[in-house]
Amino acid sequence: SSGINAEYGSEMLCKRLLSKTGGLVSSVRHAAHFTYTPQTPPAHLGETTKLNMFQSINNALDIALGSDDSAVLFGEDVAFGGVFRCSLGLQDKYGASRVFNTPLTEQGIIGFGIGAAAAGSTAIAEIQFADYIFPGFDQLVNEAAKYRYRSGNEYDCGRLTVRAPWGAVGHGALYHSQSPEAYFAHTPGLKIVVPRGPIQAKGLLLSCILDNNPCIFFEPKILYRLAAEEVPLGTYTIPLSQAEIVRQGTDVTMIGWGTVVHVLLEVASMAEEQLGVSCEVIDLQTIAPYDAQTIEASVKKTGKAMVVHEAPLTQGFGAEIAARLQEKCFLHLEAPVQRVAGWDTPFPYIYEPFYLPDKWRCLDTVKKLVDFM
Amino acid sequence: DVISSGINAEYGGSAAALETSDTVFTQYREVGVYLWRGFTLDSVMNQCFATHKDNTKGRQMPIHYSAKALNIQTVSSTLATQVPNAVGYAYSNKINNKNAVTATFFGEGAASEGDVHAAMNMASTLSCPTLFICRNNGYAISTSTSDQYYGDGIAVRAIGYGMRCVRIDGNDVFAVYNGVRAARALALEHSCPVLVELMTYRVGHHSTSDDSTAYRSIDEVNYWDREDSPVGRLAKHLIARDLWSTDLEDAYAKECRKEIMTAFGRAESERGPNPLWMFDDVYDSPSPHITEQREQLREHLERYGDNYPLDKYMPLD
Repeated sequence: SSGINAEYGSEMLCKRLLSKTGGLVSSVRHAAHFTYTPQTPPAHLGETTKLNMFQSINNALDIALGSDDSAVLFGEDVAFGGVFRCSLGLQDKYGASRVFNTPLTEQGIIGFGIGAAAAGSTAIAEIQFADYIFPGFDQLVNEAAKYRYRSGNEYDCGRLTVRAPWGAVGHGALYHSQSPEAYFAHTPGLKIVVPRGPIQAKGLLLSCILDNNPCIFFEPKILYRLAAEEVPLGTYTIPLSQAEIVRQGTDVTMIGWGTVVHVLLEVASMAEEQLGVSCEVIDLQTIAPYDAQTIEASVKKTGKAMVVHEAPLTQGFGAEIAARLQEKCFLHLEAPVQRVAGWDTPFPYIYEPFYLPDKWRCLDTVKKLVDFM
Repeated sequence: DVISSGINAEYGGSAAALETSDTVFTQYREVGVYLWRGFTLDSVMNQCFATHKDNTKGRQMPIHYSAKALNIQTVSSTLATQVPNAVGYAYSNKINNKNAVTATFFGEGAASEGDVHAAMNMASTLSCPTLFICRNNGYAISTSTSDQYYGDGIAVRAIGYGMRCVRIDGNDVFAVYNGVRAARALALEHSCPVLVELMTYRVGHHSTSDDSTAYRSIDEVNYWDREDSPVGRLAKHLIARDLWSTDLEDAYAKECRKEIMTAFGRAESERGPNPLWMFDDVYDSPSPHITEQREQLREHLERYGDNYPLDKYMPLD
């Protein structure tokens, strides 16, 4: 469980954006569009240390490689530590046959990962940006997702985990900001997971690695450095396909994943202060298969629901949730299910402040919900 | 269905050259490899008819075999996707010190796919003991090699990757055997990939949905079928050494046809699997939303079952 500790003020981000070839593309400073709310580590997990999200992911990978001799980690630039430092120190520690660079080919990386997993290796493939996962889309959708089913359960590639940096980063534009979860959630056989911070990233990534189905783990890149909190040192997992109620409330159900959960936590505070409205914030965590039970129970309680995601509105994963909620909770609804999302445009550069589902659009949606009837 | 006539030396020769410990990733025209390793006619027919006895539970269309017991991976319709899979498999074997190669088959058409480029580049960079066995049979459905590539076929591409390669007369079963055997030894000794290009000719149509007279002359087909067919050449070779005869051939062909048609008949009369098996094996264990849908279908069939061919399937459980 997590609570809301002292909030940090809006941080100035100084971030270098690396091009695919590793060269410096731009150096910009932006205020993040949200405030990161550090999560409280579960007390029973014992000793903690302060880690940011790339460090907690690095820690999870270290644990996976250290506890499973069959585990291998590969992708572009992972040997020196990775463009986001997630694999720092791991090649030195585990050797070049287990942590290694691949040529620049996402279809090759994922195809290779599927084969290695089928052969019995715990295969952890890194795709440098989720925006570049598409050359591997065929391998993921037609091979990985169907490997077990088409063989009548004789074969599987369940030991495959694909990781990719995901989501808005302030200046990423079309090709360094995408949230492609909806494409993959439409494919039976894959699991899709998105953490909201360092504690969840470590626990959920370890679950993906242990899970016996091919998993795609999207890492909100804006949180790699910006999100820091006390993270349990030991080995722990957070179950897949279980949503978490991050803030309890009675009037409005807010559903999101990744970075947006922190936007929603901020909006929940604003709604309480300014409108006297009590919001329940739910982090879906696993997009597919998702925890319908938790969100349905919440919406039956509040009668008012909103789903928020950075990905474009049309056919975003919010559409699935909205359809499900209206089907299962119809008689409990006091207002139509709302979605707040990126607009139906490619992810734009200079327009990003106007593009994202920010706290003002979300607050306005809360008002719309409570004012409906 | 996909037909394998005119390309038999590839299977006999290459399958015989491999060990059963070598995992094979096929494309779709390699039933000969399955048969060589012991896949029964009943297994073939049960998959083709998608009966309840099919080891893949009726999940795929005909000829999409899978045989874990024979160390052959599942056929998938997508071309060339198996090629990088084979490379990853080989890598895993290598770091686990397995004394085996991973072999993958694909046609000269599939070789145009990006997956093959990606796979070969990765196999050579990462030193994966992989055999890339390309069946160059002159056609990808109706597309002849002159529309498929402009360079000197597939084998030479290996040079671009720093990889070893060999081009073999694919209609000479002994050449295929010896060549693949040598390639295998090389791959194991150096933990490296080797590209083997087997030159042959697709006598048959692409599949039962194809009529190849639409794009090639009957004279061309007849030439290969009569003058340079792998079975024909092997037969001539054995007959010249008094090891075979046309009478033996006729009798054997008759016997094979009988075995095949008997297995065909057996499978044809079998029912399909329990329809609710459709919902299994999406994940390693049932997911609530799939279970929910399973029950929705069951409930639907309880009320509307008369409109469905339930008598052709095993009972719902």
